[in-house]
Amino acid sequence: MSEILNPEMLLLIFAAAVATFLTRVGGYVLITRMKTIPPRMEQALNAVPAAVLTTLVAPAFFNGGWDVKIAMLVALVVSLRYPGLIMLAAGWAAAMTSRHLFGF
Amino acid sequence: MNREDVIDGLKGGAIIAISSAPFAILFGAVAVDNGLSVLDAAVMSATVYAGASQLVGIELFGHNVAPWLIVLSIFAVNFRHILYSAALTRFISHFSPIQKFFTFFLLTDPQFAEAVKRGEDGRGVSFEWYLGFGLSIYFPWLFFSAVGAWFGSMMGDPRTLAIDVLLPTYFLGLVLAFRQRSGFYPVVFASTLGSIAAYHLVGSPWHVSIGAAVGVAVAALLPLPASEPKPIAEEAEA
Repeated sequence: MSEILNPEMLLLIFAAAVATFLTRVGGYVLITRMKTIPPRMEQALNAVPAAVLTTLVAPAFFNGGWDVKIAMLVALVVSLRYPGLIMLAAGWAAAMTSRHLFGF
Repeated sequence: MNREDVIDGLKGGAIIAISSAPFAILFGAVAVDNGLSVLDAAVMSATVYAGASQLVGIELFGHNVAPWLIVLSIFAVNFRHILYSAALTRFISHFSPIQKFFTFFLLTDPQFAEAVKRGEDGRGVSFEWYLGFGLSIYFPWLFFSAVGAWFGSMMGDPRTLAIDVLLPTYFLGLVLAFRQRSGFYPVVFASTLGSIAAYHLVGSPWHVSIGAAVGVAVAALLPLPASEPKPIAEEAEA
């Protein structure tokens, strides 16, 4: 472990930063080249948030233990009535309870 | 276009900053553990600013993977942002080029989800709101990455305080926010199957891009509601 900046490391980090920025601007560059959005593509774009976010949720749920599953199910039910922060708190409380009281 | 938007943005971003702080700390700790200096870790958080890919990059760096492969992996993990910027375009066509530069630099999962929500429910995406939201995530992310790198070994098991469930639960909330949308259930179902299958067959982090691609493909194949294709410019003004 070095305490100073290592030029090779810095180069790697900046390459990663450029690669990341390209992904962030790429969709904009592609779509502004098109005059109209075909309906099927629009439908596909509309599905992007749910599709991507699901891939961050599903493995956490299925690979997690019962504590995680319970927490996320509780959060799911709570979210049907209450806003995000209450949902987050409910999920957290459920995880703490199942871990420390029931030892999952 | 006003103070209210700025305050809205700062408030919304602060919630994300709090729930992502444990991950920033985790990143800093892991980075130092894998041979980066505290400054390296801070520079990476400041310039890459994409949590999951930073963790992947660090992990590969620790295994002495070739640099070009590390950059390629980071690109692959972040590939979903191409879809984000494409979907965001219609809401930000009134931004100036410099504003767009910052918009795309700050484009993260929660930033995208909240911006689309605002764009669709009629509140609109103002640059003031977007920047307020983005910067109130960006600076804490940078700060907590450095904190994590400094105190890396002092944090115990994140499970004890159930910090590890916060992010998946938060993402679950974001998914559910889109449940009124047509095609929501088939898309979520397809992405779930796709990501779980890819997780076991290909491995993490590829399950993100593969699962998302499956969900988006299903959306493209679903029956169309009867409507005309809309020009991009008209949509932007709506």
